[in-house]
Amino acid sequence: MTDYNFAYLDEQTKRMIRRAILKALAVPGYQVPFASREMPMPYGWGTGGVQVSAAVLTPEDRMKVIDQGADDTTNAVSIRQFFEKTAGVATTTQTAEASVIQTRHRIPETPLTEGQILVYQVPIPEPLRFLEPRETETRKMHALEEYGLMHVRLYEDIARHGHIATSYAYPVRIEGRYVMDPSPIPKFDNPKMEMAAIQLFGAGREQRIYALPPHTKVVSLDFDDHPFEASKPDVPCALCGAVDAYLDEVITDDAGGRMFVCSDTDHCERRRAAGHRGPVAEEDAA
Amino acid sequence: MYVAVKGGERAIEAAHAWLAEERRGDVEVQELSVAQIREQMSLAVARVMAEGSLYDPDLAALAIKQARGDLIEAIFLMRAYRTTLPRFGASRPVETGDMACDRRISATFKDLPGGQVLGPTFDYTHRLLDFKLAAEGGAEPAPRAEPAPEAVPHVMGFLNQEGLIETEASSDAAPPDLTREPLELPADRPLRLQALARGDEGFLLGLAYSTQRGYGRNHAFVGELRLGTCAVEMDIPELGFAIEIGEVELTECETVNQFTGSKTEPPQFTRGYGLVFGRAERKAISMALVDRALRAEELGEDLSGAPAQDTEFVLAHADNIQATGFLEHIKLPHYVDFQAELELVRKLRAGVTREAAE
Repeated sequence: MTDYNFAYLDEQTKRMIRRAILKALAVPGYQVPFASREMPMPYGWGTGGVQVSAAVLTPEDRMKVIDQGADDTTNAVSIRQFFEKTAGVATTTQTAEASVIQTRHRIPETPLTEGQILVYQVPIPEPLRFLEPRETETRKMHALEEYGLMHVRLYEDIARHGHIATSYAYPVRIEGRYVMDPSPIPKFDNPKMEMAAIQLFGAGREQRIYALPPHTKVVSLDFDDHPFEASKPDVPCALCGAVDAYLDEVITDDAGGRMFVCSDTDHCERRRAAGHRGPVAEEDAA
Repeated sequence: MYVAVKGGERAIEAAHAWLAEERRGDVEVQELSVAQIREQMSLAVARVMAEGSLYDPDLAALAIKQARGDLIEAIFLMRAYRTTLPRFGASRPVETGDMACDRRISATFKDLPGGQVLGPTFDYTHRLLDFKLAAEGGAEPAPRAEPAPEAVPHVMGFLNQEGLIETEASSDAAPPDLTREPLELPADRPLRLQALARGDEGFLLGLAYSTQRGYGRNHAFVGELRLGTCAVEMDIPELGFAIEIGEVELTECETVNQFTGSKTEPPQFTRGYGLVFGRAERKAISMALVDRALRAEELGEDLSGAPAQDTEFVLAHADNIQATGFLEHIKLPHYVDFQAELELVRKLRAGVTREAAE
């Protein structure tokens, strides 16, 4: 396709986005405003991630796109096709082979390595947004490190429910400075954010980019007597038997039957290819 | 055995094919041409150009055809195309005072230089379905008057001669552009007006209506509403002067609102302003009311907490492409988050049940 520039965006726009990315990497966890462009897919469907990916992609890259951990969910397919068409880059479903991974709601189970870039799609970049709707106020709160309100909210959860009632988009503190929204990943994924790869977060509609350089310290907010716990359903994957992977619950019949399977399809497939079997796969084989 | 849903790719292709078929409708019925839409759905075309921020009637008509008449979808197509266009430069500000008016009315003066010109308006039509149109679409040529020999002066100018209305400070500063810079708050008036000009008509209508009903009330008189074509001029550096590069159809509304004043300054009427591509009266009037409401703070009025007075609230939610995208994204899979919530609710419920049992 020659009607559009490589990876769709014009070079000026990419340069503007790269400047925002560099600033974001220099101030980890800080939300850098950028002049988000209208993309040919709707706001809220990954336009921030797409713009960040477009700005970092080179023709030699190999790209992977996941949504809910899976490569074949419709929006992941759509975004992967967009880059196949506009950038002509090679794509893959294998985490280890990808140089750029765009994701929505998950961090792959396979640990990422140096040289890889993980691009998150972010709906609401502001972790304080639902405590204070005004951007003018929340920017002030970040500037003054005024995070008391967040701790009060977590405390109120404990007072009411006995637990912190946040299961995804669980707020983190970056290098002891900025409180950051990790995007709506399950809190199970939070500990993985201390990784060797570069993590970039793009929020198109909200016009913000933020980032974590490799090995940045990421602490999930908690209390000494209520430590953070990365939880998941306490069963193995029905297909591959993994006990340490995040699972989706799938309803299998109308009598309440259900099974749990890996949300990371690449992880599950590779384990099965290596001969691992879960309880349902065992039954089928029998 | 359950296999994780495969075939997203095939499903998307099939959905697109079905959509194309649905768009065409019954093939026994003649296909709509882009020219037909441009000529006979001209108000829809105007809205798509205004909110798409791109003045091109043919492209707008094509977008409406492709979007099956869903105007927000058509606006989206225009916006997505617009961002890919290179910018050659900026025109000079259009002179709406030199507009060739098709319509120009004032609700504040019975008669005035330039006269009251009704133009092609729905205003005094009786809203009765015209069943004849179902059979035939012909129209008799309308009677013609001589065009006004001179430019029609702005009504606000008359009030200004007496100092009865505030004077806008003129400025040669380049206005900000929210399509090129991230929206930063607080937003000054030029930026607010840009956001309103491309904002959703329905949203602005609702907000403007809310000010009329008392949520940030500031009674507005329509000082003038004008509609017509304006020349667009651009300075060409190589030539050293400006040349006309085309014409745009515009609707402009100026409202006269209640006075401010203080012990030292005599009371003066204040202004609200609306300017929209194409024929879009409802939008232009709504924009003027909302513009005026958003000036509450600078004019030292009591802030009642009304939505229409809240710049951050209005600007953050006026864009229908942002709104529709985010609203509709909740159709996308959220299995992972929902799973996390399921697990949490089960855990919380188990805690309560256990305590009750003890």
